[in-house]
Amino acid sequence: MTDRGSSGVQGVSRAGRVIVYGLLLLMCLYYLLPLFVMVSTSLKSLDEIRSGNLLSLPKNVSLEAWRKAWSGACTGAICAGLQGFFWNSVRFVAPAVLITTVVGAFNGYVLAMWRFRGSDFMFSALLIGCFIPFQVILLPMAHTLGMLGIGNTTSGLVLVHVVYGLAFTTLFFRNYYVTVPNELVKAAKIDGAGFFRIFWRIILPLSLPIVMVSIIWQFTQIWNDFLFGVVFSSGDRQPITVALNNLVNTSTGVTEYNVNMAAAIIAALPTLFVYAVAGKYFVRGLTAGAVKG
Amino acid sequence: MGALSIRNVRKSYGSQDILKGINIEVEDGEFLIMVGPSGCGKSTLLSMIAGLDSVTSGEIYIGGRMVNHLSPKDRDIAMVFQSYALYPSMTARQNISFGLDIRRVPKAERDQIVERVAQTLQIQHLLDRKPAQLSGGQRQRVAMGRAIARNPILFLFDEPLSNLDAKLRVEMRTEIKLLHRRVGKTIVYVTHDQVEAMTLGDKIAVMRAGEVMQFGTPRQVYDDPANLFVAGFMGSPSMNFIPSEIVTLGGGIGLRMVSDGVTQVLPLNGAEAKLKTYLGKEVIVGLRPEKLTHKVDALCGMPHIHVIQSLVHVAEPTGPDTLLLVRINGKDVVCRVHPDHARAHGENIELMLDFSKVAYFDPQTELRIA
Ligand SMILES: Nc1ncnc2c1ncn2[C@@H]1O[C@H](COP(=O)(O)OP(=O)(O)O)[C@@H](O)[C@H]1O
Ligand SMILES: [Mg+2]
Repeated sequence: MTDRGSSGVQGVSRAGRVIVYGLLLLMCLYYLLPLFVMVSTSLKSLDEIRSGNLLSLPKNVSLEAWRKAWSGACTGAICAGLQGFFWNSVRFVAPAVLITTVVGAFNGYVLAMWRFRGSDFMFSALLIGCFIPFQVILLPMAHTLGMLGIGNTTSGLVLVHVVYGLAFTTLFFRNYYVTVPNELVKAAKIDGAGFFRIFWRIILPLSLPIVMVSIIWQFTQIWNDFLFGVVFSSGDRQPITVALNNLVNTSTGVTEYNVNMAAAIIAALPTLFVYAVAGKYFVRGLTAGAVKG
Repeated sequence: MGALSIRNVRKSYGSQDILKGINIEVEDGEFLIMVGPSGCGKSTLLSMIAGLDSVTSGEIYIGGRMVNHLSPKDRDIAMVFQSYALYPSMTARQNISFGLDIRRVPKAERDQIVERVAQTLQIQHLLDRKPAQLSGGQRQRVAMGRAIARNPILFLFDEPLSNLDAKLRVEMRTEIKLLHRRVGKTIVYVTHDQVEAMTLGDKIAVMRAGEVMQFGTPRQVYDDPANLFVAGFMGSPSMNFIPSEIVTLGGGIGLRMVSDGVTQVLPLNGAEAKLKTYLGKEVIVGLRPEKLTHKVDALCGMPHIHVIQSLVHVAEPTGPDTLLLVRINGKDVVCRVHPDHARAHGENIELMLDFSKVAYFDPQTELRIA
């Protein structure tokens, strides 16, 4: 709507806009309020939480709860905060995200641009992987990890997430690459480039948006995963999601809401960070059409 | 043996026959046009020459070498695509030198080649731009540069001008013709545009539904079409096809032509022998619009010139000529008349039929009779 219409139309559109923005603002508040409560609670002392109001701002800002959540809170028997578990998560999330993205890109490249007999069947079979619920594969996966001798290890957890994530990343990349004109590959073949060089020099440089989609998606999925983490790891190898759960459930008399809040935010920060850095590519990658040459 | 030899080449996808036995010979340095309506298999044939598609049966020779089982990079060819297919992430310079790079041409030589090619195509100032920053015509030039840089023995063009606007298309057409003369290499050029085919080609292969309907020089294809399809496809406006009965005339035979109620029997000018068996039957008379024109007194009386009276149904001025629509034997017939001699809608005109290049076709087989 532009403002060029008659004054009557303008009046209507202005009223409409007020309603739209009002609704949007309300939605924003609805989603931001919990975050606000979390942040402000994490900065208060326990006394202030007990005496004060949930929505009030902290009177004396204190980072003590954050320090404790990071390095002192008890998660079960150990009382060393989330620190160690945070790095546990980083250690398996980073390789799992990178491997699924790289292999997914490669799979997508083959399925979209080097069709072979049965490639459509392969693709359909891979798609089924997107619809298998976590719970279904727990037992067979535990068995497999045991046989491979990597049960309860970081590599084991990486493998689980790679296997589970490949269906998704392959789908992303394949669907992105079918929109890339096939003539590019033909031209490169005539120029003398082979399978790998075409991927590396021609196709991969076009893939930034979809790589970002894959990274954000996989990072969020794997970082936030609880079930695989709780089943396939134990003790001091557990991911931060499991540790957070333990921290909140470990009661030593009073519930330290400020520490719990700080811990929850710490567990969520990396995904927020990834969105902030790569988010603008996310929408672009999901909606990107043909590559305009 | 010539630059390119296509022998009885077939292509099938499953049970579908896309190409049904193609035979084409191209001499060194010739400009071959493959022209035909969309979907007739031109691109498929070109892809097979390039090695991007497999050959179902038959043989393809490039420079005397059987290439059926060679990969594209070993065929010594270059190709220009309809969509240009420039690598989006590379600059024009990188696009042009990519193939040289892969063939391990030393850097100094590579730079020299890019420089020379850029000069030939006048794209020096565009070399550091990405394809997205180039206009359609400029991309076209870069795509041609990429092909030229490799100095192959055979160039393949797949409808390279069809994405350009009309004016630019005419410019680039001339430029491609000049380029061919300068480079002197064999070119196979696919188009669905018969004007491009006539202007560019040394030889034209007119295709329909996976078959070559006629293979010859532009003049042969235009003046001596082998069948109704070629006659109708080449030339704009299209050749007129007038169904006419063969009747007796004096001692011999002639053509019965009815225009606005007036019946005339025209002599056959040397085609009597071949048309004798059609006495009492209908043939299709093919006459190009430029052979139906206003009466020029100086020419009347020549044996291949006939004059008939017709009523103008529609007059369409195009500038240099006016196209008049008249009816002969119940068919709409287009005549190309000088504007000064044109008549308006509803008026009568004396038309001169020039039978020097007339073609007769069998209505059943659609083949040329005489
Ligand atoms: N991969 C394929 N599988 C099945 N049919 C195809 C394939 N590629 C092309 N065709 C068919 O072959 C015919 C010729 O196509 P094409 O060579 O592109 O025609 P043109 O370039 O003359 O317009 C078309 O009818 C098309 O549908
Ligand atoms: Mg085509």
